[in-house]
Amino acid sequence: MGIQTEPRTGREERDQVVIRFAGDSGDGMQVTGAQFTVETALAGNDLSTFPDFPAEIRAPAGTTFGVSAFQIHFGALDILTPGDELDVLVAMNPAALTTNLGDLRPSGLVVVDSGAFGDRNLQKAGYKQNPLDDESLAKYQVLKLDITRLTLECVKPFELGQKDALRCRNMWALGLMLWMYGRERASTIESIQKKFGKKSPAIANANVAALNAGHAFGETAELSRELVAYTVPKARQAPGAYRTISGTEAIAYGLIAGVKASGLRKLVFSGYPITPASALLHTLAGLKPYGVVTFQAEDEIAAICAAIGASYTGALGVTSSSGPGVALKTEGLGLAIAIELPLVLVNSQRAGPSTGMPTKTEQSDLYQAVYGRNADSPLPVIAAATPADCFDVAIEAVRLAVGYMTPVILLTDGFLANAAEPWLIPDARGLPRFPVTFRTDPAGFHPFVRDEKTLARVWAVPGTPGLEHRVGGIERAFGSGHISYDPENHQKMTDTRFAKIAGIANDIPLQGVALGGPRGKLAVVGWGSTFGPIQAGVQAARAEGLDVAHIHIRYLNPFPQNLGELLGGYGKVLVPEMNNGQLVTMLRSTYLVPAEKLSKVTGKPFKSAEILSAIRARLEP
Amino acid sequence: MPPPTAVQAKDFASDQEVRWCPGCGDYAILKAVHKTLADLGVSKERTVFVSGIGCSSRFPYYMSTYGFHTIHGRAPAIATGVKLANPELDVWVITGDGDGLSIGGNHTLHVLRRNVNLNLILFNNEIYGLTKGQYSPTSRRGTKSPSTPQGSIDNPVSACAFALGAGARFVARSIDTTMPHLVQILKRAHAHQGASFVEVFQNCVVFNDGVFDHFTSKEAAVEAQLHLEHGLPLLFGKDRQKGLRLKRGRLELEVVTLGENGIALDDVLVHDEKNLVMAQMLTGLQPPAFPVALGVLYCDPAPSYEAEVYAQIREAGGPTDDVGALLRHGRTWTVD
Repeated sequence: MGIQTEPRTGREERDQVVIRFAGDSGDGMQVTGAQFTVETALAGNDLSTFPDFPAEIRAPAGTTFGVSAFQIHFGALDILTPGDELDVLVAMNPAALTTNLGDLRPSGLVVVDSGAFGDRNLQKAGYKQNPLDDESLAKYQVLKLDITRLTLECVKPFELGQKDALRCRNMWALGLMLWMYGRERASTIESIQKKFGKKSPAIANANVAALNAGHAFGETAELSRELVAYTVPKARQAPGAYRTISGTEAIAYGLIAGVKASGLRKLVFSGYPITPASALLHTLAGLKPYGVVTFQAEDEIAAICAAIGASYTGALGVTSSSGPGVALKTEGLGLAIAIELPLVLVNSQRAGPSTGMPTKTEQSDLYQAVYGRNADSPLPVIAAATPADCFDVAIEAVRLAVGYMTPVILLTDGFLANAAEPWLIPDARGLPRFPVTFRTDPAGFHPFVRDEKTLARVWAVPGTPGLEHRVGGIERAFGSGHISYDPENHQKMTDTRFAKIAGIANDIPLQGVALGGPRGKLAVVGWGSTFGPIQAGVQAARAEGLDVAHIHIRYLNPFPQNLGELLGGYGKVLVPEMNNGQLVTMLRSTYLVPAEKLSKVTGKPFKSAEILSAIRARLEP
Repeated sequence: MPPPTAVQAKDFASDQEVRWCPGCGDYAILKAVHKTLADLGVSKERTVFVSGIGCSSRFPYYMSTYGFHTIHGRAPAIATGVKLANPELDVWVITGDGDGLSIGGNHTLHVLRRNVNLNLILFNNEIYGLTKGQYSPTSRRGTKSPSTPQGSIDNPVSACAFALGAGARFVARSIDTTMPHLVQILKRAHAHQGASFVEVFQNCVVFNDGVFDHFTSKEAAVEAQLHLEHGLPLLFGKDRQKGLRLKRGRLELEVVTLGENGIALDDVLVHDEKNLVMAQMLTGLQPPAFPVALGVLYCDPAPSYEAEVYAQIREAGGPTDDVGALLRHGRTWTVD
């Protein structure tokens, strides 16, 4: 059969939809969500995704703590967040239903695999009786389908074992949802064939059969009342070539683009496995042809040290981790600050302290990034706002690192690392250029000769004749780089290191206003991945006529020069953060503004409605 | 008169005043390294000394090559980064018993098992000198120090046994003041492709003076030192009359005397650098029952880590500077 979908009549139109696929961590919900994302991007919608999964790889089947979910918000509009409320919940078992139902809007659609609602699964999910049989789902539209049985029937010809056959349930559910929203299946089929085709043609064919069966079910089932098909018109997008991009991919591409922009020949990426940062190591390990050397070190300390060694040798050393791993890298950062070498450290923040909740997002490492080292040891800190923004921020991190001979911390988080959105692929010819020059002239050389404007020291790389020199962690004399315990020299070097980083404020854009005017009653100030919900919340508040602006800060150290003045133009300043109030303290201490915190540390992103209600509370009489 | 371009040992000395205690064994090692590099005729600009923290780790400041005095225990990790960025550089790691076996033991383990092509010299003085004399991981049980006034109760680690256990493919030993021997060992280490591990017994005159005298002193040396040479019998003692052989029916060494009880040269074991079991047995020999084995305990080369890293990079294709291709790879679509 053809896989081209004919335009249908009788579809209802929606301008945006939020769907969540939820099931056991072994049910393939992440794959299902990722494929729905690809088909949705290809259908021309804007979108934002939120994969949410447990730290356990295969938690006991049927348990609530083993539920893995993937949420996608797509539409004809500019989509800023993964969505506050669900329009559709696909629940593959009772545990997925009970843990996710609270996010479904009243009269939203819940699609359940009734075949998975046996006594044992109900008991594991804590249900005393089957919610499909009583009134507990009365306020929702419920589509009970025995997906288990329907899947087993359609994959019968492939003679799989029961376990492999049941693993096709997710494709059946995906097929149905693709039908419901008028998406194609070609990319999904291609992806299934790529994944299983060679290894196990039977499994590949069974998955394709399940996908097609789910799709056909929608088309042919006489369920016109329960089963409505929708059209979501294409978003108005600028013309050009697009792809979907996750924050992790965007960081990887941005780091490479930054290294190319600097003219350096190598990016040496050195990491140690940690959730959710490991994906960056995996991504870069697959990009070796672009001048990338990847190294899985023996621990977090070795990871940053190898990166420092690489930068010392004239490559760009990059390391990456999450909070607990960054803590271990602290001494290494101090060394890179002291000897003034470029380095990029990407922190994919997660909920803490200690192990905390490794797969859940948070932005509570801001203090750690800006203040978290012994001694006076300043370095630039920048943060990404969206998956696509990770690309630009990574390039900027490289620019600051090589331009100022300094380690730079780039903050992302678990949400950004995993989330994806469509991305208008930039023209590579239009990317920034900031060529690096190694020192080669021995005349007047010592390793701490500085650029008068930036205060960056020269980069003299081993292998260069005549520039042999020694550097180290012991304080260096300002005028020679030799060991120095001279009191005045330490004062001067401390002042110089401070001035170098502070001076970056002259080399970054002035702080703009993301939405609204430069003066007003209230500014909502955010940083990092809260950009989407704050923007959406402020949009909604402004639509209600409220005098509110959105300021989003990319440069967290040093702050843009005009930030204090800008904040002074608003009656109130509200700072939503996925931490207990870190940026808010920095703003208060730096600018003495009466900024107020709005804290959320549940491991989940802000909802735009939460921002909206906080705005209303501050502006309505 | 040598031509003016010839490199002499003193050309490898930096202009910095050496700040070790007078009489420290480190001076002798520094001299041996200067001589080794001069004899080898290496280029200064392609040579990098990387060190951690401790007395020994001040070493790079006294070299006229590139030098990097890093942080405590991490020199092997930093040196690995240096080699990953530029495999052509000639890298020496200088560490001590505390730096390389205590705080940095993990990195020593991994640089050796990965077989990164560098030379690691571990100055073993069985004490923390720079922090004023605490016992170290190689200190013998019962070592009295400021932190162990009643004597240490930790069992010491054997540096060479550790290196062999980590999978080092070159393990050797020498003594700070035995200049010709140390230079010869350092040259062997330099010639070895892959990670070379050299333990140097080094006397700390201030906090642990004479701790190795029982085998390094002039009087003790003849009977208490076994100098290993690949392919030659394991002989030592006055007139090289003593030798080592395996006890009959046991995997255990014993000392025999040539000419006594019918012992002939053929009965004595011949040193085989490629024999890991032999290296492990020799490493463990301790006076007074046995001599201390010095020289190359083990040498069995294998491809270096960075050689294999770059082989994989070549296999992956490229190199390319085409960022446009990078951004477009994978699935894309066009909006008109």
